[in-house]
Amino acid sequence: MIWTVIIGMSIVTLLPRLIPVFIVDKASYPVWVNRWLDAIPYAALGALIFPGIMSVIPDKPLFGLLGGIIAIGIAFFEVNVIFSVLGAILTVFLLTV
Amino acid sequence: MEVNSYEKVTPTINRSGEAIRAGAVAGFPIFLGYLPIAITYGVLAVQSGLSILQLTLMSVLVFAGASQFMGAKMIGTGAAAIEIVIATFVLNFRHFVMSLSFMNKARPLPLKWKIPLSLGLTDETFAVSSLHGEEAKKEKGKLFYATLIIFAYSSWVGGSFLGGVLGEVIPERLSQSMGIALYAMFIGLLVPSVKKEWRVGLIALISMLLNFAFVHLHISEGWAIVLATIIGGSFGIFLLKEEKS
Repeated sequence: MIWTVIIGMSIVTLLPRLIPVFIVDKASYPVWVNRWLDAIPYAALGALIFPGIMSVIPDKPLFGLLGGIIAIGIAFFEVNVIFSVLGAILTVFLLTV
Repeated sequence: MEVNSYEKVTPTINRSGEAIRAGAVAGFPIFLGYLPIAITYGVLAVQSGLSILQLTLMSVLVFAGASQFMGAKMIGTGAAAIEIVIATFVLNFRHFVMSLSFMNKARPLPLKWKIPLSLGLTDETFAVSSLHGEEAKKEKGKLFYATLIIFAYSSWVGGSFLGGVLGEVIPERLSQSMGIALYAMFIGLLVPSVKKEWRVGLIALISMLLNFAFVHLHISEGWAIVLATIIGGSFGIFLLKEEKS
């Protein structure tokens, strides 16, 4: 049963990643579609961050938000991403004392 | 950016080596960022009743963090297989949109490279690859993306295994705090781009609010992210007009 789940999860995850290889290869898009596709990474990052970040500690949405604010503060100095990650983990860890 | 100026100085010697090194530099933060998350996944998966082989192979075959957490939890609660698979499809369908965006940038790459690269697209490898879109135009750009993805993949698979072995050694408070790591990585990737071009931040903000609204309309998490990404991204049609790219 667990193996069926793992194989099934693999297929439904990998196919949507793979299919665009063959769609995009053939079609040629107008400029406005290119601009749309270029904006996708930033739109995706926004949607991935919020409101999900508020559910890091269940029932304590503020803890996740504060961790995020620390991460923004660190990222602002354009240091390696890992410092934002560690700073946010430390913040949430200290808040949950 | 640094890679660009470096290549201008030494344009000829060993381009493959340079692409691999640049890919490693870009992939290393993902490597480090994935480790705690993968370990947490491994711990949780063992607690949900998966064997170490099963949880590691799930990382090998699925390679999508959030859905693996969800899958392991649902296995633990005894959900039906078809239910778990459908939930995974919904949660990971955003990768279809991301892959469309990346493949549009990756047009110059050969098809036999685009196939394995597409399978390695996660939220993080997609974000970092997109921020280095100029690599696709370089002769050895495929090696850049491949190296980046291999770094991320090895960390994810290795970390999952490690988490499974460590089991309950990690205190719950720490593993819970590590849950913020994913979000902090997204923030760390987004902020430098916003500093360079504020319109990019506006697009991100719009899709944040859209996602928030969709979640409140009780649309499932997966579809909410897909819709917010597509609609939020559409604002780029006129917001990114003045950019030369």
